[in-house]
Amino acid sequence: MTYIKIVGEIFLLMGSFSLFVAAIGLLRMPDVYNRVQTGTKASTLGAIMSFVGIGLLAVDHWDESNWIGRVIVLIIFIILTNPVSSHVLMRAAYAMKIPLSDITTVDKLKEDIDNKVLEEPIDE
Amino acid sequence: MNNIIIYIALVLLMLTLLAGLIRFVKGPSIVDRVVAFDSMTVTSLVVIGVIAYLSNRAIYFDVAVVYGLLSFLGVIIVAKYIQRGL
Repeated sequence: MTYIKIVGEIFLLMGSFSLFVAAIGLLRMPDVYNRVQTGTKASTLGAIMSFVGIGLLAVDHWDESNWIGRVIVLIIFIILTNPVSSHVLMRAAYAMKIPLSDITTVDKLKEDIDNKVLEEPIDE
Repeated sequence: MNNIIIYIALVLLMLTLLAGLIRFVKGPSIVDRVVAFDSMTVTSLVVIGVIAYLSNRAIYFDVAVVYGLLSFLGVIIVAKYIQRGL
C-alpha cells in the first residue's frame, strides 16, 4: 500500500512540475501562437499525470467511494476537451490577423490560403 | 510531516496560478487572456483534486468535472465570438 502511495506522490510531483513549466512558457514565449501551444499541451500532460497521481494516492479509499471512476472520467474529459479548445483558439487568433513573431519562418496556413486549397474560409 | 510532497506540489501549483494571473493581466491581445484563463482553470482542477484527497471526499471530483465543462464551453464561445461574432 505504501509503495503505491509513493508512486502516486512521484506522479503528482511530476505533473505539478509540468504545469509549472507550462506557466513559465506562458510568460516567456514571444508569440500568441507559441503561448497557446505551450499553455494547452504541457498543461494537458501535467493535469493527466497529476490526476493519475491523485488516483494512486487514494489507495485506501478505492472500495468505499468511486475514486477511480471519477479520476478516469476527468482524465478522458481533459484529453477530449483541451486540444479542441487549443485548436479553436489558434484559429480565432489567426482570423484576428495577429502578427506572427519575427523569428517565425514557416507559415503553412498562409500558403494554403494563397493557393486556395482550404475548403472553407478561415475568417467569415 | 506526513504529506510533505503533496504540500510541495501545492506550492508549485500556486506558483503556476500566479504566473497565469500575470499573463492574464499583461496579455497584449484577448487570445492571451483566454489562454491564461484556460491554463489557470486546468491548474485549479488539479488543486481541487488535491483538496479532495486531503479531505477524503470523493464528491469534490464532481465539482472539478462541472468546472472543467463550463470552462471548455466558455473558451469555445469566446473563440467563436472573436472569429465571426455571435
